[in-house]
Amino acid sequence: MYSFEYHRPGSVAEAAQLLTGNEDAKLLAGGMTYIPTLKQRLAQPSAVIDLGGIAELKGIKEEAGGLTIGAMTTHGEVASSAAVRQAIPALAALASNIGDAQVRNRGTIGGSISNNDPAADYPAALVALGATVRTSKRELAAEDFFTGMFETALEEDEILTAVHVPKPEKAAYSKFANPASRYAIVGVFVARTSAGVRVAVTGAGPAVFRATEMEQALAGNFSAAALDNVTVAADALNSDIHASAEYRAHLVKVMAKRAVEAAG
Amino acid sequence: MKVSMSVNGKQVSGEAEPRTLLVEFLRYELGLTGTHVGCDTSQCGACVVHVNGSSVKSCTMLAVQAEGAQVTTIEGMAQGDELHPLQAAFREHHGLQCGFCTPGMIMSAADLLKTNPSPSEHEVREWLEGNICRCTGYHNIVKAILAAADTMRGAARAAE
Ligand SMILES: Cc1cc2nc3c(=O)[nH]c(=O)nc-3n(C[C@H](O)[C@H](O)[C@H](O)COP(=O)(O)OP(=O)(O)OC[C@H]3O[C@@H](n4cnc5c(N)ncnc54)[C@H](O)[C@@H]3O)c2cc1C
Ligand code: FES
Ligand code: FES
Repeated sequence: MYSFEYHRPGSVAEAAQLLTGNEDAKLLAGGMTYIPTLKQRLAQPSAVIDLGGIAELKGIKEEAGGLTIGAMTTHGEVASSAAVRQAIPALAALASNIGDAQVRNRGTIGGSISNNDPAADYPAALVALGATVRTSKRELAAEDFFTGMFETALEEDEILTAVHVPKPEKAAYSKFANPASRYAIVGVFVARTSAGVRVAVTGAGPAVFRATEMEQALAGNFSAAALDNVTVAADALNSDIHASAEYRAHLVKVMAKRAVEAAG
Repeated sequence: MKVSMSVNGKQVSGEAEPRTLLVEFLRYELGLTGTHVGCDTSQCGACVVHVNGSSVKSCTMLAVQAEGAQVTTIEGMAQGDELHPLQAAFREHHGLQCGFCTPGMIMSAADLLKTNPSPSEHEVREWLEGNICRCTGYHNIVKAILAAADTMRGAARAAE
């Protein structure tokens, strides 16, 4: 690891101040992605700003017909939260299947979505549930937040503070996990809300995307059978040692059907 | 930087650069070499310790992030000469061969048993997702953890 300065601010304002004008400073959340990156010398920050001491970034509260989850809330906290299990059980279940127990004890929802790994689980949930992402500067729809592979709408000096997730009528997530890491080879999150049905896919493409044809098919008939005649094109999907684009396309449909069945 | 924390119930402090990992601080600054490093990718779990009561990979946390924390390592599990029930069960049930993964296995399992005192075999196997063993094939590790859970439930009942 290259050397760097370490800061542990006590508020978002203080963290933002440390970032401003310090181009090579980087934020540290659970460190489950960023510390391995540092260890491999793939990053050389001048300063690391640890968000771990900021109380306002932690915790889950019920708000405006849904849940507000602070950026520094760990996967383990989301998985075991009574509020999440009650309002959006599919989200708690998704969190309980991220990586392993020790990754869940440190890794955070804010870190996961800021990183926007193409195989990460949370992006699918947030897009399907129509969540709102809150930052130190603004609020934006999750769909507009995830812009590409490892890319988000976050600016250099912007800090993700929380996500607001509306409570769906029904929802479920189904993942075909990489057996070593548990990242999604393909993960599909299906949600039915008062605004309609949304299907979001992670792992399959360069970044999370909505399967609009599936959404239309499910709008009139929310059943796995409604997806029988939908075709998933392999063209824009990922191909790697774990799965070809064609296999991923196949898995998108299988996972979507399982999610619809699980949502009931 | 000076870093202070409680390790196995004792207040300690030492020097650490911001880039010093918690596992490096434990091993090289404090000489607690029971915590192992088995990979570079945060996947093997040989380095698992408890920080403020929950299991974490000490290779994926900076020492400075543990400032003021309560840390427990494998060296803190036995009570004097008396092995922790998990340690005793690993010995009894041949839950180790080379032993490299064992400290992490035990620290991880101890966290499981704290929240789930009577896990099913399936729950134990799921929980060990983040602990890799190159020798045993896991079977005896799972057996040891289930046996330790039994012993610990018995001890808890006896204490009531
Ligand atoms: C063995 C292993 C298995 C895993 N399996 C899975 C899996 O199955 N599914 C899955 O989805 N993920 C998986 N992960 C990733 C895990 O969920 C990470 O926790 C997550 O990707 C990053 O979150 P973090 O809190 O650790 O962030 P960090 O690693 O601390 O940060 C990640 C990035 O986000 C930036 N950042 C962090 N917080 C903020 C913020 N509030 N505002 C702006 N920028 C911020 C950081 O600067 C950094 O660039 C796995 C990781 C490991 C090591
Ligand atoms: S040394 Fe392998 S996970 Fe920490
Ligand atoms: S006993 Fe050798 S790695 Fe587990």
